[in-house]
Amino acid sequence: MALIELKGVSKFYDMSETRVDALKSVSLQIEEQSFVSFVGPSGSGKTTLLNLIGCLDKPSTGNVYVNGTHVNDLETREAARFRGNHLGFIFQNFNLIPVLTVYENVEYPLIMVQNIAPKERRERILHYLEAVSMLDQKDKYPGQISGGQKQRVAVARALVTNPKLVLADEPTANLDHTSAFKVIELMRQMQRDLKTTFVFSTHDPKIMKEAEIVFTLEDGQMTNKEIMNLKSSN
Amino acid sequence: MKNIFKIAFRNLFRYKRRTLLTSLLIVFGMILVIVFSGISTSFKGMMIGTITDSMMGHLQIHKKGYVSSIDNLPLHLNLTSKEISNLRKVLDDNEMIKAYTFRIKLGAMLSNFEQTTNIRLTAVDPEMESQTCPALTDRIEGNSAEDGQFMQEGELILPKNLAKGLKLKKGDDIVLVATNKDGSVNAIGLKVAGIVEGLLGPSGRDGYIHIDDAKTLLRITGDEINEIAIRLNELDDLKEVKKQLGAELQQFINKQDQPAFESHTWAELSPFATIATIVDLLIITVKIVLIAIVLVSILNVMMMSVYERVSEIGTISAIGTLPSRILGLFLAEGFSLGLISTIIGNILGVAVLYVINISNFHFSFGRMKDIQLVTSVSSSELLTISVIVLLITVLSSFQPALKASKMQPVEALRHV
Repeated sequence: MALIELKGVSKFYDMSETRVDALKSVSLQIEEQSFVSFVGPSGSGKTTLLNLIGCLDKPSTGNVYVNGTHVNDLETREAARFRGNHLGFIFQNFNLIPVLTVYENVEYPLIMVQNIAPKERRERILHYLEAVSMLDQKDKYPGQISGGQKQRVAVARALVTNPKLVLADEPTANLDHTSAFKVIELMRQMQRDLKTTFVFSTHDPKIMKEAEIVFTLEDGQMTNKEIMNLKSSN
Repeated sequence: MKNIFKIAFRNLFRYKRRTLLTSLLIVFGMILVIVFSGISTSFKGMMIGTITDSMMGHLQIHKKGYVSSIDNLPLHLNLTSKEISNLRKVLDDNEMIKAYTFRIKLGAMLSNFEQTTNIRLTAVDPEMESQTCPALTDRIEGNSAEDGQFMQEGELILPKNLAKGLKLKKGDDIVLVATNKDGSVNAIGLKVAGIVEGLLGPSGRDGYIHIDDAKTLLRITGDEINEIAIRLNELDDLKEVKKQLGAELQQFINKQDQPAFESHTWAELSPFATIATIVDLLIITVKIVLIAIVLVSILNVMMMSVYERVSEIGTISAIGTLPSRILGLFLAEGFSLGLISTIIGNILGVAVLYVINISNFHFSFGRMKDIQLVTSVSSSELLTISVIVLLITVLSSFQPALKASKMQPVEALRHV
């Protein structure tokens, strides 16, 4: 079974007298250990799609399955637990907690979400900080490091809980070209080393080429699926 | 829990100026309450102490109907020898009672052989009276007795205003004329042994004579008194002792099949109890002001804190933090602010009281002049104030914290 499966998923918002269709009957499957990108212009539905897969939102119609769980049915607390145990998130604005150091930011989900024992916690944090080359910056606060470094910390935070799936919404949008490629390369490397599935959204054509599979969205509809290295599409 | 408080503390120091101002407001409120409470409680304690230690005792026992009698200082409601004996047993068996004194209160005419006026007298055994009202001797001018024997048989302690009006001084002779309960008039000659400061101001006409002289004057044979004043080991036990005495006195029934005796606390007999109640009400009012300060300031700061961190709430919610933990984070933040303010407020409040004490402020109370203001606040009062502040802190943080915990992550993340 695919790690992610969407069947006829639509999402619309009622705005007083008008209805805005953010997603229109989207169906897709994403297998484990893949490196997938959603691409499309602003307003095409990329973030909505990621939110639905990430159990942050619920579809208006259709069904979303993640890791075999029908996530439509999850209550608020269940959804939070599911996200904490199975998913990692990387945000466009990095979204690190400003009052915590780099080390503590990576530690946060292990304490506040998964309640991991101190020894294992420390080992994991140091391992991932080293993996993202931020070990020497571990005592700095987010305000003391660059955007690229922040996103590397965010990658470590997303991975430290050993999730099956990491969702990244425009992870390179606020980075310069070099930093953007470094972050994507880091995510790619983590996907290869840890066998974690990465799904990210982007509107940058150069970044999307780094993905194995690219889903293209336009006006809330899935218009194309491209398997990059095999050069096939449907 | 430790991590929740670590994050809460760091978030507090994230907005230093706001935290400082809010904290200062609470600290100021706490200092206000502690200082007001310290001064007013001390004043109240001093006032009660003066009244009970020099005049009334903590509790009094009379024959049923004595206090509400239409006669002023009635003599037909005296306690008999047998009744005194019964009451003595009850009082001796109660470990919370430190001392008691037997009194005969009477009205008389006092003459200096040139002028005559009326006087209220309390006839006492000086030793028993000194043990029950230890501050009485301090009010007697010219008293040098250290064993509490402030007068002997044949002597009288004269109220200051009468001494002044009749131009009497220590060592002068006077005559007392009184009517006993049968209507028979008698007179005795006494010597002025001292002048007592009136507690109730210039109208005070209360003097003291020896109980044996009163018996002679009133032609009382055997034991007969009309008042027992009681001193407790601890004033805090007053309610308990009153309850115990009330129950034990129930066993004594008079001929009308009614309780033979009645007991009253000093507060039930003295108008100063109203002042004490007003002082308590003022303390409560100041506490309510403090509650309002804490409530509004914490609510305001926590609301701002939540609205400023919507995106951050979205982030921690997205990565799996349960709503209950988010609630806990914000409650801990409000509680921490309250805790810091409470600790500082307590320290500064006590420090201000200390400064007042070493500054030697003096005031007058009634006829008593030059009383030094000695403030104090009990640890239980400090604890009560602290608990109030912390409770209100948590309560006022609850609504913003609940709002934060109920935020939908997808909407919170959209917030810029």
